[in-house]
Amino acid sequence: MASLRVNVNGEVREVDASDPATPLLWVLRDELGLVGTKFGCGISQCGACTVLLDGNPVKSCSFPVSGVGDSTVTTIEGLAGSAGELNPVQQAWVDLDVAQCGYCQSGQIMAAEALLRSNPDPDDAAIDAAMAGNLCRCGTYVRIREGVKTAAASMKEGRT
Amino acid sequence: MSALNYQGINETVAAVTGEREQIADGLLGIAKLDRRQFIKLTGLVGGGLMLSFTLPRAAAAGGPLKPNGYVRIDADGITLLAKNPEVGQGVKTSLPMIVAEELDAAWDDVTVVQSPIDAATYGMQFAGGSMSIPMNWTPLRQAGATARAMLVGAAAKQLGVPAEELSTRDSHVIHEASGRKLKYTALAADAAEMPVPDAASLTLKSTGDFRLLGKRITGVDNEALVRGEALFGIDVSVPGMKYAVYQKCPAIGGKAKSANLAEIKAMPGVHDAFILDGNDNAMDLLPGVAIIAESTWAAIRAKRALAVEWDETEASKDSWSAAVAEAESLRGEAGERVVDEGDVDAAFESAAERVSGYYTYHFVSHAQLEPQNTTASFADGALEIWSPTQTPDWGMDAVARATGIDKSKITLHQMRCGGGFGRRLYNDFMCEAAAITQRAGVPVKLQWTREDDMAYDLYRAGGFHQLEGSVDAEGKVTGWRDHFITFANDGRPVSGGALGQGVFPNGLVPNVRFEQTALDWKNRCAAWRAPGANVFGFVVQSFLHELAAAAGRDHLEVLLEVFGEPRWLVPDNPGTLNTERAANVVKLAAEKAGWGRDMPDGRALGLAFYFSHMGHIAEVADVSVDTDKKIKVHKVTVAADVGPIVNLSGAENQMQGSVVDGLSTMMGLSVTFENGRVQQSNFDKYPLLRMGATPKVDVHFVDSDFSPTGLGEPALPPLAPAVCNAIYSATGRRIRTLPISEEGYTV
Ligand code: FES
Ligand code: FES
Repeated sequence: MASLRVNVNGEVREVDASDPATPLLWVLRDELGLVGTKFGCGISQCGACTVLLDGNPVKSCSFPVSGVGDSTVTTIEGLAGSAGELNPVQQAWVDLDVAQCGYCQSGQIMAAEALLRSNPDPDDAAIDAAMAGNLCRCGTYVRIREGVKTAAASMKEGRT
Repeated sequence: MSALNYQGINETVAAVTGEREQIADGLLGIAKLDRRQFIKLTGLVGGGLMLSFTLPRAAAAGGPLKPNGYVRIDADGITLLAKNPEVGQGVKTSLPMIVAEELDAAWDDVTVVQSPIDAATYGMQFAGGSMSIPMNWTPLRQAGATARAMLVGAAAKQLGVPAEELSTRDSHVIHEASGRKLKYTALAADAAEMPVPDAASLTLKSTGDFRLLGKRITGVDNEALVRGEALFGIDVSVPGMKYAVYQKCPAIGGKAKSANLAEIKAMPGVHDAFILDGNDNAMDLLPGVAIIAESTWAAIRAKRALAVEWDETEASKDSWSAAVAEAESLRGEAGERVVDEGDVDAAFESAAERVSGYYTYHFVSHAQLEPQNTTASFADGALEIWSPTQTPDWGMDAVARATGIDKSKITLHQMRCGGGFGRRLYNDFMCEAAAITQRAGVPVKLQWTREDDMAYDLYRAGGFHQLEGSVDAEGKVTGWRDHFITFANDGRPVSGGALGQGVFPNGLVPNVRFEQTALDWKNRCAAWRAPGANVFGFVVQSFLHELAAAAGRDHLEVLLEVFGEPRWLVPDNPGTLNTERAANVVKLAAEKAGWGRDMPDGRALGLAFYFSHMGHIAEVADVSVDTDKKIKVHKVTVAADVGPIVNLSGAENQMQGSVVDGLSTMMGLSVTFENGRVQQSNFDKYPLLRMGATPKVDVHFVDSDFSPTGLGEPALPPLAPAVCNAIYSATGRRIRTLPISEEGYTV
């Protein structure tokens, strides 16, 4: 069996590479058991499968595992701190009770995390633009927007 | 194999989706439901008592206190069980809150777990019709109060004081006079020995004494969700599990004659492939080809290489364009009269103004974000299932029908649902997984792709309404006629396919006639969030605005006039519209939105009200429209009377979500059919609303003392007419088609 080494959440993992076109999504979910990353559409339309590749948001349903190379992959399971403490985005999502069904929220949180890493103080327009690739069928956008702002504020506090 | 039958497609489901409200003589009263549930609960309490007698002494001495299926207290803590499927409506949090309130447990001390699926203990367990709260309100309060009474009894014994001197708060029994306090967890073992009181003998709190209900409580699964823990059906994994996909005919009713199975089986990672014939019921197991593989991707890859020869002799030939043409030819005719109150013809004859309008709306799909899936394992004649379903018990019935496995041999684990909206009232995916594991002899996780999901939904039917209305010389609405051209599955009216006594404005306008004609349709149609109401709301609340405009009168004034004297539309039936509650929410929404204020050019407020699922909801939309028909919804003000609020955070979330869902659907969602096939296959052709178009949502709840009712659905119906009425007021252009992208509008 051909295999590949990928760095996921800070750990190097050996994964099956017999089909290099296998979307990263299914490697994460089926092979590595990281089921927090979700399948919604498979065609890069919904964002449920969003992960970070070197900190940038990527739709893992449409990204081949062979494309990861030396980059680092971060999934929702990799956001919490070493003692398990929630990161500011996760904490804001819990406190503001953002989720309804919750199915889209891993992807929303990853997109928000990517935004805040590049823009610590986004305005509404920047939030809307960064989150445009993530659908929420339950319509929690009002709270997602609030969640991004709350996380930004608590990150700022953490920095000062 | 014979042709597909559609037995049970809507008859059984109507009872739980609240559609009975709209069907003549089928009005559901809250009081009636409470009584039925109450009887079940009383029986259950007796059973709990018997159980405590049969327990070995040592076990009984160590607790736990388990007086019913909802409360379990031992030395380690307080566990409350949530009985109904969680589909995003928040019941895994709100139902245990009701128990905790009467139990006087501190919410922080409570652990919530999903209950087993067990009809003997829990009665009906389902997510539908916004019924979880109204059906469980009294039984859950009694369940909490029962446990509390036993704890108080045990404390009275321990402290040697009369129970009347004791009070409870924050998971403690308190003896005020001596300043002594006992923890529930410490009392549990003794409390388990106390007699279980008769539920009817318990005094429940008055709403003014609530400490927990009405507060903002965050979802019990929030932390697990943000950590990406396995909660959903799609996340299930069992030892030895393989991954399955299932290809059905692109036109429903087609049967698989043959397929390139040898070729598929030779593909890498493929374990097995075979044809299933189905069980002839359109909601259970349809014919198709199963592929079982080592990973989801290997299965999907093989499915793409699958070549099936379908027998389409009995397959659907459904055509949306043909239906549109047929409705157009029928709309001038009379349909079958289903409601005929007063004398519509006379009202029209003597009218000062007559208005007519032809309203249409497309089919839509549920498109819950988690594609259908189920994990199933069949061994030694027993079947174990893990499924994200809205109707677990019916799912087991369907599986028993489809596989011949006796229901007693089936165990179902209820998984969190990545959305429901009515789609998961049906369990075809569960039947498929069960039949595949039964045949293959290995545990499987069946995974539908998004394409499977859109091709095999049970759609919200499209429809056509030819309306006529009249106003008299004073500008009063006097007559209303609606010829509704709808669809029937195998002769059975589709969900949302019946104008009944409960549909607006029957009972409010003196002369009303509803007529219906049904077109034959093979693609399955079923309940979609706020069935019936989600489209009737648009039609009737837009048309009422047309009548107000024709009379040259203010919409708000006409709407309030239509409600008239304070009354229940069906006397003494709290399951029906109450004109006073209706008027109150309309006035509140109008006041909060600043109804009547000056607006800039191209911008206006639009108003709508709808009553559904026992909820009275009014919405005012603040909308601007540019010259390219691009709209911006700035803000939606919602006023709701659903009785006391259980969880303020969850309730507001449902209102915000309903507004977004309503806007998403009215703006651009449409499913069309040609040659029996669905024309849209994924989100690229089914453009759900994205964040940038989300309005501000301002929510107000009326503080009322009625029994609380559900919020999963009733805030959706008023949204589309409120927005369309605003567009009319801003531009003078009346929109009579959904989605409004059909008329060139964009967001
Ligand atoms: S599953 Fe990847 S974008 Fe939808
Ligand atoms: S919370 Fe359900 S899809 Fe977003």
